[in-house]
Amino acid sequence: MTRQLDADGRLRHFLTTEGLPRNLLLLILDTAESFAGVIGKSVKKVPLLRGRTVINLFFEASTRTRITFELAAKRLSADVLNVNVATTTVKGESLLDMLRNLEAMQADMFVVRHSESGTAEYVARHVGEAVSVLNAGDGRHAHPTQAMLDAFTIRRHKGDFEPLVIAIVGDVMHSRVARSQIHALNGLGAGEVRVIAPRTLLPRNIESLGVRVFHDMRLGLKDADVVIMLRLQRERMQGALLPSEPEYFRLYGLTEDNLAVAKPDAIVMHPGPINRGVEIDSRVADGARSVILEQVTNGIAVRMAVMSMALGARREIPRAPT
Amino acid sequence: MNPLPEVDDLLSRMGKDLLALVAQRNAGQHVALIGIHTGGAWLAERLHPMLGLTSPPGALNIHFHRDDFNRIGMHPHVQPSHLPFEVDGSLIILVDDVLYSGRTVRAALNEIFDYGRPAAVRLAVLVDRCGRELPIAADVVGARLELNPTDQVKLLGPSPLELSIKREYT
Repeated sequence: MTRQLDADGRLRHFLTTEGLPRNLLLLILDTAESFAGVIGKSVKKVPLLRGRTVINLFFEASTRTRITFELAAKRLSADVLNVNVATTTVKGESLLDMLRNLEAMQADMFVVRHSESGTAEYVARHVGEAVSVLNAGDGRHAHPTQAMLDAFTIRRHKGDFEPLVIAIVGDVMHSRVARSQIHALNGLGAGEVRVIAPRTLLPRNIESLGVRVFHDMRLGLKDADVVIMLRLQRERMQGALLPSEPEYFRLYGLTEDNLAVAKPDAIVMHPGPINRGVEIDSRVADGARSVILEQVTNGIAVRMAVMSMALGARREIPRAPT
Repeated sequence: MNPLPEVDDLLSRMGKDLLALVAQRNAGQHVALIGIHTGGAWLAERLHPMLGLTSPPGALNIHFHRDDFNRIGMHPHVQPSHLPFEVDGSLIILVDDVLYSGRTVRAALNEIFDYGRPAAVRLAVLVDRCGRELPIAADVVGARLELNPTDQVKLLGPSPLELSIKREYT
């Protein structure tokens, strides 16, 4: 396992929320809070990463995540390159060769997204001392910046994590977002993290991550402060995990009706993109308790925070001769 | 070495000088006070009632414009800048506790210009000590102190406000 932290306990790479100390998770949220203020200025840009080069290395299609990473890097004044690799599997030597080439162009940071678990970690293991790697989603494993922007959104609405009941609903099995959320929210000391899903969409031993499991939607949503809906990841499904989409919606879709058993001030979240009428009713997604678009806005501040934390105070590290 | 001056005395002198400075503004021009976080913001709060300004004082965080980010990295818990008025066309009075190298003021000017184009910026500092590294001078000064380069002078506060000097003896 590549260490995410340097010898002084500072963020060097950001690969997973698993095992990060609470003070570092809080530091990410606090730093993001200060960047949120930048959005209120007429010049929405700060010069912290002027002269640095950030490369978005996307092996898997993504619009929102890539755009918010790109915007975050640009608001920090970094130069950004987007490399979209069409082939779905670039392994072994070819990936390493590509990394060497990009490093030879003096890249300072790779933002990596890949459909295979462990890719960001693999890249982090092979880059030089002066380069940082951020995980923008790897297979079913982790999506740490999404989890932190969710935590950031929750804290802005609810304050302390300690008294909160947070329900994560849906396709936990295929969801890197859910895994990262569970680690982050437990790391931040959330009162109770629940997962609500049919047995076929839950990984075995999910309880060992520190969650309460529900198979009934209304029981699981009862008195929740936060409801996080997951996208049904049809493209990752093999075999018959579901009877049908209408049946899934009837049992696990979020509607005004079953949301009524949550706390009256509960907020509704979704990492996007939304399948309307599959996991969430449009009236809820567009309703007063939905903070889904706020999550997108907060994603920029959180990604600015992680980028500046990983690249701050790193210029002193000499580069290996290329 | 004389004892350090009382902050209250310095503030009332600065208030008088600032009033004279504000009196020279163009007719109808908006004047706003901005304190640099944290010491300058405390001083701006105290100076504000002496000047009869219409808008509340602003607080400026210069962290994103510091020139030592590559050496020391991010500061945790940065309070965002808060400027509750229009910067465009205003006469800005920038307040800080200690003027030394001038680098903080350089960073503050950059931050202010991210909010708009002020008509003019004037600088008021509680303490001016020698050791400038940039061509920057204060318009209003509470006290000028001759100090050794290793001395550290600091404003403690917010209540009461008090100057303190840390000396390193070698």
